[in-house]
Amino acid sequence: MSEESLNNSNISLAALKAGDRAEFARLVDATSNHIYRLALKILRDPQDAEDVLQESYIKAMRALPEFEGRSSLSTWLYRIAVNEALMLLRKRRVNLVPVEEDPDEDDLQAGMVLTDWCCLPEDELLSAESRQRLEQAVDALPETLRVVFMLRDMEGLSIRETAGMLGLTETAVKTRLLRARLRLRNQLSVYFGERLTENSSE
Amino acid sequence: MTDICNCKGLVSSISEYIDGELPPELCAELEKHMSECENCTIVVNTLRKTIDLYKQPTPDNPLPDEIKSRLYARLHLEDYMNK
Repeated sequence: MSEESLNNSNISLAALKAGDRAEFARLVDATSNHIYRLALKILRDPQDAEDVLQESYIKAMRALPEFEGRSSLSTWLYRIAVNEALMLLRKRRVNLVPVEEDPDEDDLQAGMVLTDWCCLPEDELLSAESRQRLEQAVDALPETLRVVFMLRDMEGLSIRETAGMLGLTETAVKTRLLRARLRLRNQLSVYFGERLTENSSE
Repeated sequence: MTDICNCKGLVSSISEYIDGELPPELCAELEKHMSECENCTIVVNTLRKTIDLYKQPTPDNPLPDEIKSRLYARLHLEDYMNK
């Protein structure tokens, strides 16, 4: 994640707090790709993602004097961005807290693909095409699952933090995470199953 | 190739199992079951692999130029835009 690029860029918090514009530009340079991609993944709309990108930095600029450094600068900034994205989702009236939340075992197991593709070579698993399939599978997740997946698995928030940001119970977060992961696994299993069949017929 | 996994009750635990967050007694129960059930072993292994794959760092594509220009303009940072 961009955490590393930000650490490597040696951005000075003191300079940022003092209103150093060149330093703020360096912060934007080191983090804007990540924020845009994150917002795009959550919102799936380029215009909305761009709005989130701009608003996040405007909020960050205003909030910098109060930033106490309890989390890393990038974590703090990405949370601002996530909050902005969630606010837009709510404006779109996406109901992030549906009424019924019980894990339905039958539903979880329905159509589970049982291909063992772990033996495929790494270059096949990590090919550009397989990455693209995975991206498409993430995009195809329903909003309620995708948001949980993005926060917990891609942004590395804890179950508790994810629950807090989304106004969900921890149990609901765990259930949605499981559902999201199983859907992605299934999509990949279909794809890699095809690769296995092709390989064996070659 | 496609079949329904019939191991009710355990599917809901596998995500937490992979994250190492399952209570020890459930963990032992799941592992015992997996030693006897090939299907569940495949699901757990491929799920673990799936998580590995999407957590692989991918280089963020550069921000499209026009989006970058509008961002720097909105933040009044045009003077610092290096490209």
